[in-house]
Amino acid sequence: MVALGVAVMLAAALVYTSFSASTEAKEPSQLLSATPGTTYDMTGKVVKGSIRRGDEGLRFRVTDRDGDGESIPVTYSGTVPDPFRGGREIVLTGAVESGVFVGQPDTLVTKCPSKFTTANDS
Amino acid sequence: MTASFGSALLALAFLAFAFAAFAALAGRGRTSLRYAAESATSVGGRQERWVLASRRAVYAACGLLTVCVALIEVAFANDDFSLSIVQQHSSIETPAFYKLAAMWSSQEGSLLLWAWVLSIAASLALYATRGKLREIVPYATAVMAGVGSFFTGLMLFAGGVNPFASLSPVPADGVGLTPLLQHPSMMIHPPMLYSGYVAFTIPFAFAIGALIARRLDASWIRATRRFALIAWALLGFGLLLGARWSYTELGWGGYWAWDPVENAALMPWLIGTAFLHSIMVQEKRGMLKVWNACLIVATFSLALLGTFLVRSGVLQSIHAFGDSTVGPYILGLIAVVLIGSTALIVSRLDDLRSQKRIDSLASREAVFVVNNLLLVALCATIFWGTFFPLISELFTGEKSSLAAPWFDRYTTPLAILLVLFTGIGPLLAWRRVSWTTAKRVFLVPSVVAAAVGIGLVLFAGAASEPWALALFVFATFALVGLGQEFWRGAAARRSLRGGSLPAALAATVSRNRRRYGGYIVHIGIAVLLIGIAASSSFQTNRDLRLAPGESAEIDGRTVTYERPTVAVDAQKFSFGAVLSVRQGGRSFLLRPARRYYRPTGQQGGTIASFFDGEATSEVGLKAGLGSDFWTSLAPDIAVVQRRVRAADRGFSTCVGGGPGTPPQCRAVSQLMSAAAVNPQLRPVALAQIERLQTATAEKIARSYLTDGSVATFRVIVDPLVTWMWIGGLIALSGALIGIWPARRPRRRLVADTELEALKEAKYREIRDAELDHAAGKLSDEDFALLDAELREEAVEILNRGNGANGNGTREEAEQPARPL
Repeated sequence: MVALGVAVMLAAALVYTSFSASTEAKEPSQLLSATPGTTYDMTGKVVKGSIRRGDEGLRFRVTDRDGDGESIPVTYSGTVPDPFRGGREIVLTGAVESGVFVGQPDTLVTKCPSKFTTANDS
Repeated sequence: MTASFGSALLALAFLAFAFAAFAALAGRGRTSLRYAAESATSVGGRQERWVLASRRAVYAACGLLTVCVALIEVAFANDDFSLSIVQQHSSIETPAFYKLAAMWSSQEGSLLLWAWVLSIAASLALYATRGKLREIVPYATAVMAGVGSFFTGLMLFAGGVNPFASLSPVPADGVGLTPLLQHPSMMIHPPMLYSGYVAFTIPFAFAIGALIARRLDASWIRATRRFALIAWALLGFGLLLGARWSYTELGWGGYWAWDPVENAALMPWLIGTAFLHSIMVQEKRGMLKVWNACLIVATFSLALLGTFLVRSGVLQSIHAFGDSTVGPYILGLIAVVLIGSTALIVSRLDDLRSQKRIDSLASREAVFVVNNLLLVALCATIFWGTFFPLISELFTGEKSSLAAPWFDRYTTPLAILLVLFTGIGPLLAWRRVSWTTAKRVFLVPSVVAAAVGIGLVLFAGAASEPWALALFVFATFALVGLGQEFWRGAAARRSLRGGSLPAALAATVSRNRRRYGGYIVHIGIAVLLIGIAASSSFQTNRDLRLAPGESAEIDGRTVTYERPTVAVDAQKFSFGAVLSVRQGGRSFLLRPARRYYRPTGQQGGTIASFFDGEATSEVGLKAGLGSDFWTSLAPDIAVVQRRVRAADRGFSTCVGGGPGTPPQCRAVSQLMSAAAVNPQLRPVALAQIERLQTATAEKIARSYLTDGSVATFRVIVDPLVTWMWIGGLIALSGALIGIWPARRPRRRLVADTELEALKEAKYREIRDAELDHAAGKLSDEDFALLDAELREEAVEILNRGNGANGNGTREEAEQPARPL
């Protein structure tokens, strides 16, 4: 009985906190019209040849995963995972500020091109 | 040739598995009632033959799949690019070691690995249980062979995942293996995880067999306990290797990111841990039968889910393996397993009633129940967090994900409680513990833990991190308690037999491998959690931007960027740094670097394209027992790239050869104009340009040495992180001790091996109680009571063996080998 009660409480806590602590995932085309200042997880593809390294970090553009549609400019500082480069899929947490997606430091996740992808994807 | 031969073998393996499943069901145990009465000999004999045939079919499948794996490996070793798997994952320049391991970096190769490991594990399990568990084995064989035919069938029929798919025309070279994966631990990590996943099939299959046959005593557990332990150890080792690879290779300095694929491997490991504990309660007390059946079904389903998640692409993960065709099939299998098992367990609920109840809350079985609940809660939390993107999409229509802080909030307190019970469990005896005994065994560990806690607050300022402090205190409690267990065991033996303390310790451990192996695992886990808590709570993490010659201070250490380095070879450009780190009077050098690989299989591009391939970080790491000094480098190669672009412009002017061409590139432009007239000269001209480009690129790359570019260093001082790896290895060695078979007395010819196993289990229980008594965990009265109880039960078993006339005596029950 005690265990059941604890389990219910844990479950309630999980449900409650997860909805408030989670960040929404959006693709660049949706971000262009998103509320400025709200934190999102941006998922998309880095535009080839758009990466510039500056004093305050990286600047690049990101498009939707499955399209060559509109792209959004991105600034980011912090660690850059090894597989990061043009054409790769990334996930980055941040917010839109005056038309630019500003990534939070050290939140850049690049998908491994590894394993099961084929040569033409990379 | 290899392709068609291999496909044929694979098809035969599929048929062998399918036949094994069929034959096993044809030979399932119907002996007990009707048939036995009618014509015991002939029907019994026929069934025996079916069961034998099914076992041999599984052996055959194992042999066939072994040849398949060998064929693929030979193809990799010989650069046989007619096989698509070889062409896609290897190349002529791929180092030989990685050629052999490249098989499982492909989807079809890892499926083959799954099926192959399963066939080995199933063969071993069937060999070990031949002639035993007659009612359970046929069903278990059917389950294992069914899973085997599922995976071999997947390769043959799902499309796009046949490892023997061939290419025509045969390409001259392969794509090669991603440089990021060219790391020793990455080569053993996937097969370890896979073998762990797969080995859980064995206890699952026997559990299903036991449920169908309604043989719900502990016999299926005794038969498969070792497989569960092997699966657990392999999965744990796989997780550890993955963490190590991430730490030393990925250039972000962490070892765990709560990534869905990591979680997918952790979840079956956690539930498997719960299973390994609770089956002991069923073995010893006949309790928790429903719970154990549920746990093993959950473990196996989670293992399948791990296999599925890796290749489905339903969740965002660093491990993006691309969408694939097999995901839906595996999901289907999970559904079948879950629905079928649940229905089976519900239909057998009457048979699954416990024979006994828990005597006292102060007993080892009660602690096991608590530890089970904690582990399941931990797994449920991780499950929720991992699948939250899907859950939130279902309710809100938006894919939202949870980040590491959310996971940490729940897993930290649960892990802290777990480490406490890691210490409490081993201190308690089975059945019941009296208050005075409890006080005696808990005294020293509690006092030492409290002293360490106070010391940490006063002298190390640990109060700022209450969670970490709690973990240190509880882990100390566990470590001291476990140490006390070893000491008391050895001391008890010494007082009985004499000899030196180390010899007594070794003898006690080797005579009670399951018990002390388990304790060593607990020590390892406590040490590992100390490493995790210290390194995540007290880490110093800085990004430094330094020009050559500049220094910075971090955590009492002076870091100096001594000079840049450049290394060039045929495959890559490597821009590095020499860092010197000084602390007090001591100093050491670190050489982090970043490598830019040239893309494979491209020719005639620009020099800039040389830098378009993969880039990897080479971490500079000074590991120490106190703390690790970890650094990675992000060189600023903007200047280099500017020069490269200028050189490219120069080359295109040269090649164009129009008016105003600079005189120094006359040779190139003449070559190109000649090639324009005579196409046969074109390859020669291109090769010449490639050579020139390579030489230019090297020259430009070396200019990095003198251009004084500022480089960014990520520097991490990670206290006690080494203990995480040490703890993991300690736990692994403990598991090995527990797995290692004990020396058995020479087997007598016994008619009923199952009864014999039952008797041995009861004897072990008697010995355990004796050991607990000798080590002071059981008071004299408690021991006397318990011993009498156990011997009574042993006599009952002996009587069953001697037939109904009941001439088993208490004297016979006196014979178990002594624990000390």
